[in-house]
Amino acid sequence: MSDSATTQRERTESNEQTDRTPDPRADDARTETPPGSTGAQSVVRALEAANVTVAFGVQGGAIMPVYDALAESSIRHVTMAHEQGAAHAADAYGVVAGEPGVCLATSGPGATNLVTGIADASMDSDALVALTGQVPTSFVGNDAFQETDTVGITRPITKHNYFVDAATDIGAVVGDAFERSQVGRAGPTLVDLPKDVTQAETDVTADRPTPPAVEAPDRRAEPTAVEAAARAIEAAERPLCLFGGGVVAAGASDVATRFARTFGIPATTTMPGLGSFPEDDSLSLSFAGMHGTGYANMAITHTDCLIAVGTRFDDRLTGGIDSFAPNAAVIHVDIDPAEISKNVHADYPLIGDASAVLEQLRAAVETAPPAESWREQCAEWKETYPLTYAMCREEPLKPQFVVEAVDEATGDDAIVTTGVGQHQMWAAQFWTFTEPRTWVSSHGLGAMGYGLPAAIGARLALDEAGEPDRDVVCFEGDGSLLMTIQALSVAVRENLDVTVAVLNNEHIGMVRQWQDAFYEGTRMASEYDWVPAFDTLAEAFGARGFRVDDRDDVAPTIEEALGHDGPSVIDFHVDPEENVFPMVPSGGSNGAFALSEDHL
Amino acid sequence: MSDDRIDAGLPGRAPSERPQPESRRTTDGVRIDPVVEAGHVPRRAVVSALVDHEPGVLAQVSGLISRRQFNIESLTVGPTTVDGHARITTVVEETDPGIEQLKKQLRKLSAVISAGEIAGETVSRELVLVKVRGDDPHQVHAITRMYDGETLDAGPRTITVELTGDESRIDAAIDAYRRFGIVEIARTGQTALARGDVPTTPGEEPAPDCQVANREGEPDAANTDTSRAGTAERSIRADGRGRDTTE
Repeated sequence: MSDSATTQRERTESNEQTDRTPDPRADDARTETPPGSTGAQSVVRALEAANVTVAFGVQGGAIMPVYDALAESSIRHVTMAHEQGAAHAADAYGVVAGEPGVCLATSGPGATNLVTGIADASMDSDALVALTGQVPTSFVGNDAFQETDTVGITRPITKHNYFVDAATDIGAVVGDAFERSQVGRAGPTLVDLPKDVTQAETDVTADRPTPPAVEAPDRRAEPTAVEAAARAIEAAERPLCLFGGGVVAAGASDVATRFARTFGIPATTTMPGLGSFPEDDSLSLSFAGMHGTGYANMAITHTDCLIAVGTRFDDRLTGGIDSFAPNAAVIHVDIDPAEISKNVHADYPLIGDASAVLEQLRAAVETAPPAESWREQCAEWKETYPLTYAMCREEPLKPQFVVEAVDEATGDDAIVTTGVGQHQMWAAQFWTFTEPRTWVSSHGLGAMGYGLPAAIGARLALDEAGEPDRDVVCFEGDGSLLMTIQALSVAVRENLDVTVAVLNNEHIGMVRQWQDAFYEGTRMASEYDWVPAFDTLAEAFGARGFRVDDRDDVAPTIEEALGHDGPSVIDFHVDPEENVFPMVPSGGSNGAFALSEDHL
Repeated sequence: MSDDRIDAGLPGRAPSERPQPESRRTTDGVRIDPVVEAGHVPRRAVVSALVDHEPGVLAQVSGLISRRQFNIESLTVGPTTVDGHARITTVVEETDPGIEQLKKQLRKLSAVISAGEIAGETVSRELVLVKVRGDDPHQVHAITRMYDGETLDAGPRTITVELTGDESRIDAAIDAYRRFGIVEIARTGQTALARGDVPTTPGEEPAPDCQVANREGEPDAANTDTSRAGTAERSIRADGRGRDTTE
């Protein structure tokens, strides 16, 4: 398609001339040119121009020039123990701070280790900028030491990625990557930086690059479409709000809450949407989907007008599409036009920013829908299908009880991060979320091990924002925590005040639950009775470690752990046979959620 | 509180005891009208994307298509009259929602300037090279003439011909050659433009110098020699007859 091979070679040659490897001629050349900057310095200036204050990463050969330039910057670099942790930490930092997190890695294994974290950010539409080192351009494509096709590997999991082949462009490209990661629907971007390019000197002064021109989508939806949707809401007898992660990302939680309250419309959320609507409000039905509440799923199944905002109708939310909100006219608000009618047909598509469109809708709806008996029905479902758990004194500790106890011991604005598995679902179910950006989890990708690095990112975001008093608690499973436990060393080194609550059931619990339900109880490879003693392991890392087996020790131990200034790990040994209910079997009907294994 | 183990699970009515709506959605997520129950059937659509002519753009587009499992019939690519632009033409067989998704997803790629299904009538062509056994050269030549093809190479054992046309015409020609024994085939896939003044992709415009040269028949003084030369070469290539002289 292009003569790129030739141009690449020409560029390589010109870059080689300006390489900073010890060469007397290079020094001569530098004295002749006016004061410029290296590509690496341009990278750092671009980060500063984007108001980056914290970056997470791991050093390595190909990224060394960037780290060298970073040494002269005021940007705080947090060295992680593994690049996956760097990407997760940057992701969580971005979720909590509301601006893109930044992670750095070297070429080859460094870049591939970022992949899980980048994919996670992509699935959850989180703004993230990844900077990867690359082998010098003259080696690219030659299977050089620590080379991978990072741009090729990350193409399907980034909003956009860039291979920089000229030092002159570097600042503008990094600036563009920042802008693009946040504009419209957020997502990760990646900039691949060959070593010779970051080492090369340019005539671009080490100044702040001009902000790139990235086309922003319209914030407001088509007025005629808004009017049509407003008429549908006015006429609805069983209206229901469904707030997704897009509501949180758009900073639209207040507007969304006001909208539902103004018209008395019951509100449910998706799992990423937790915190977008206060769960202690009488209109709240908590979250819907596979492990959502029975009443949320009943409401979704019976609504005649679903006002869905900032959700992509993931299959974990919808269950089988054929039975999803089958009576509902769907009003779908989304910033990304490609989400409209992707999974569920939108009768009223409203493309725009969640906050702006909800304001438009609120202004357009003239009378509240006649939903008195619908609200009563929703309240009755709350009575009929309570979210609860059985607990007896002689039995093992119940994980749900632990979640409630930690919720009790912390403030409303505490941040909850989780790994992936049963513990994640219990945290989602039994924690009462009232504030946006307090729930940080791996939703779309379901990446085990997300919780601990995410807690580190969240802690740093709070500390940077001058909110050291807000708690960061991390719920992890035993199997999930083992995947990224090396990040504990980072929390210890940086003395980060995070409390890790391990809901240790010595199983990959969610797999065990499915094996019991669908594989005749064959627990192949799901028993983890070999997990380490997390309390003593935490102490070995230099953190505080606790172990809890009895219910009476739960509250005092949580108090002690929260009171410790620094990382602490509580190893809660919980009932290994406890299961997550309600449950909508994969592909099943939301309204047919199971309340026990007998229903599956 | 009892010491007995309570059966696992939550209180509430069993699924069979709950009221369930009878309505349904199709796999495309469209509510099924209880009166007219109809789903979507796949149809052929020609989707044209105007893209930045840069390395990696074809990989981005083809990666997007393959990852999303769109049922693609063909994909062609080449430069346009505007420097730095290329056109990617795909023929897909999908349901209406699938075609809509493809267009929307294409537009999300930053290298894609504009993308759309070609509205109204399309002019579409495909080129094929067919190598057949040369045992009966006269008969082969007759078929080639019948389909307005051209013989590119005639050796003692094989004859290679070139044909252009729409897909059905090419299928028919290949069928006709089959009795001689087809050794090899190379097909380009469909490429297409919208008929008349309708732009092929939404909002698409030709390069300014191209407009002047075509309408006035005289070169624009403001243009540099190099850009005009490039345009001339491409317009020769586009009319289909000057291929041999430009290459």
